[in-house]
Amino acid sequence: MELLSGNEAIARGAWAAGARIGAAYPGTPSTEAMEAFAALPEVYAEWCTNEKVALEVALGASAAGARAFATCKHVGLNVAADPLFTAAYTGVGGGLAMLVADDPGMYSSQNEQDSHYYAAAAQLPMMDPADSQEAQDMTRDAYELSERFDVPFLIRSTVRISHTRTPVEPKMRTEAPEHPFESDPAKWVMMPAFAKPRRVVQLERVSALKAWVEECPYNRIIEGERRVGIVCAGAVFQHVREALPTASVFKLGVTWPLPAQRLRAFADTVDALYVIEEASTYLRDAVAAAGITVHDTLSPLPGAGELTPSLIRAAFGEEQPAHHDAAEDVPARPPALCPGCPHRLVFKELARLKAIVCGDIGCYTLGALPPLSCMDTCVCMGASISMAHGFELALGATDHRPVVGVIGDSTFAHSGLSSLVSTAYNNGAGTICILDNRTTAMTGRQGNPFNGTTLQGRASREMDIEGVVASLGIEEITIVDPNDMQAVRSALKAATANADTLSVIVFRRPCVLLERVREKPYLITSCTGCGVCLTLGCPAIGKHADTGLSYIDMDLCIGCGQCAQYCRFNAIEVAE
Amino acid sequence: MSVKVLLCGVGGQGTILAAHVLAQTALRCGQQVKVSEIHGMAQRGGAVTTDVAFGENVESMVCGPGTADIVVSFELIEALRNLPLMRDQGRLIASDELIKPASVLTGRQAVPRDVVGRLQDVGAVIVPARSTAVEAGTAKASNMVMLGALSALLSFEMPAWEETVCAFVPERTREANIDAFRAGRAFLIEKGAAL
Repeated sequence: MELLSGNEAIARGAWAAGARIGAAYPGTPSTEAMEAFAALPEVYAEWCTNEKVALEVALGASAAGARAFATCKHVGLNVAADPLFTAAYTGVGGGLAMLVADDPGMYSSQNEQDSHYYAAAAQLPMMDPADSQEAQDMTRDAYELSERFDVPFLIRSTVRISHTRTPVEPKMRTEAPEHPFESDPAKWVMMPAFAKPRRVVQLERVSALKAWVEECPYNRIIEGERRVGIVCAGAVFQHVREALPTASVFKLGVTWPLPAQRLRAFADTVDALYVIEEASTYLRDAVAAAGITVHDTLSPLPGAGELTPSLIRAAFGEEQPAHHDAAEDVPARPPALCPGCPHRLVFKELARLKAIVCGDIGCYTLGALPPLSCMDTCVCMGASISMAHGFELALGATDHRPVVGVIGDSTFAHSGLSSLVSTAYNNGAGTICILDNRTTAMTGRQGNPFNGTTLQGRASREMDIEGVVASLGIEEITIVDPNDMQAVRSALKAATANADTLSVIVFRRPCVLLERVREKPYLITSCTGCGVCLTLGCPAIGKHADTGLSYIDMDLCIGCGQCAQYCRFNAIEVAE
Repeated sequence: MSVKVLLCGVGGQGTILAAHVLAQTALRCGQQVKVSEIHGMAQRGGAVTTDVAFGENVESMVCGPGTADIVVSFELIEALRNLPLMRDQGRLIASDELIKPASVLTGRQAVPRDVVGRLQDVGAVIVPARSTAVEAGTAKASNMVMLGALSALLSFEMPAWEETVCAFVPERTREANIDAFRAGRAFLIEKGAAL
């Protein structure tokens, strides 16, 4: 037995099924699935610029006859939704499975949407493993099923499946059956003339899937007391088993389509049927639509966030186990930019400039938190640039604060680039800051087109951000070291001075977690207590509660020197 | 029967590695295991928790209020934060390290008063993890000191622990990590707090 995370197990399942092409864009909690797949023998795997590209690469590989594997997080599926819906018409050549990892509780995401709705909307079968063994086995089986029903299969996980390690009996690889490519425009060219008949094929397939799902082994009943019957899936199944060990449980392994007949039969065997799910009403609505009376729990389950066994027990009126009350004086501990983070001074100076800042997705979203508190919007990948354009359109005729879009190198490659093309095309104004820290930092320092590192270490090219930007006809481009306060300040001042033009500043310095270089730490010698250094939000700088004077934690300080540039009293010096 | 251990601390303290060693040791000893980790944004110095459940039969991978048999905190404020998750008569071991969150560093909030005293009032054993690790050769092995302390509360045999520790840490720091583990275990035994 091996202890595998759900992500590793899903990768193992795809590998065992003979999948040989993998494509993804990293996103928590899905990232390690493609990393684990890439580390297995006899596979090709790559990071793509975004999830839409990744699914299209996988679909192309499938059309060509290979078994293919794609992964993304829930919001990544929004990006990939365009090929997804039509892949449900074309079907597959070689089997195609796609992991979509949801984040109920939003540990590392901007929303907690439920990907089940995509399965229902696109009419693509979806499996919900409840532990790593199931994650491996279901994913492996999904390939044979994908070919049998001529349709991509979605594997849905959540943070508690993807990032929970449970024992797995690893399956060995079997070679996939051959599906040599033959030109077949009626299947693969989705123009109206061909799409209309494929729509009929899709409907026939849905009927076949609905028949299959009544018999398939992934839906199973755990018999218990008649009094309470629960319908659930995925990680919630584990919580239900712990919270209500005597209940009868219908564990769904396939969450679209639902086995309506089996569910109705199950409902007949219990006094009251309940549906338990996280941050959604998808399952409840779908079970009710099958003509089943779904009962309300004694007190409602929370509509937002993750479930736990405790929350489920509470909803059924069971007492919580004895425990200590939460202490009221525990300070919150949100994440923060690392000591020496090259993003810090950009936000400090943008705040000084009183800019309207349209932010984006990455470590630098932390610039929104105090004390930097310098972000006005953050919605989705790439939105910084396009929303900044919208701000400029709305405010352009008025006397307004400078509008600045802030985006990382990887996010720029993901979808910021198409936003910038659009702004340039429409003669938009404003300033775009590309924070080029040479990596996709938040998800664990993956490669991207602008650092030239690929997932399996193959030779690549390091693309030139300023060259790409210049090719759009944008004339004002500056390259700045973000650890140089004066350079950051003057570059921002110059770029925002002319309200009618579009300018781009590339702030280039590697993420401190890449090389982990440590210079001699700094220390504070003759602090006056002015507190300016504290406004940088560096985890290495603190204030003595009694004297109000600042100090530097020399174990945390990496000697970047950012703070020394802000001390008007020259009280911050390199420790000798 | 299953045992739930909650490991908590601050992103970057090595809670996940410690959880992996615990889980692998339990697996080696023939138990069912689940380890639930939090990755991503929280790792940037935020509060992190890792849940490890093991035993003959393990269902949920997460701890709710009053369900953790043992809470192992790598940091004092996090020990206080996660105290509600400990069950009645549960065990709490906490490192004496205190890492101030941003709001405390900048003076907007204060360190909770008398953290150590309040933790000791509920039976916590406070472990000098960092100084013990430094003595063993590297401050980075603080997580192994805490794991060693935890080992004194569990019934897995030492060879199983040491084999897994060796499998998880780089070869050049193996000795320091094993020494740190043993010192943490000895500390708890000396305190009379062991199983």
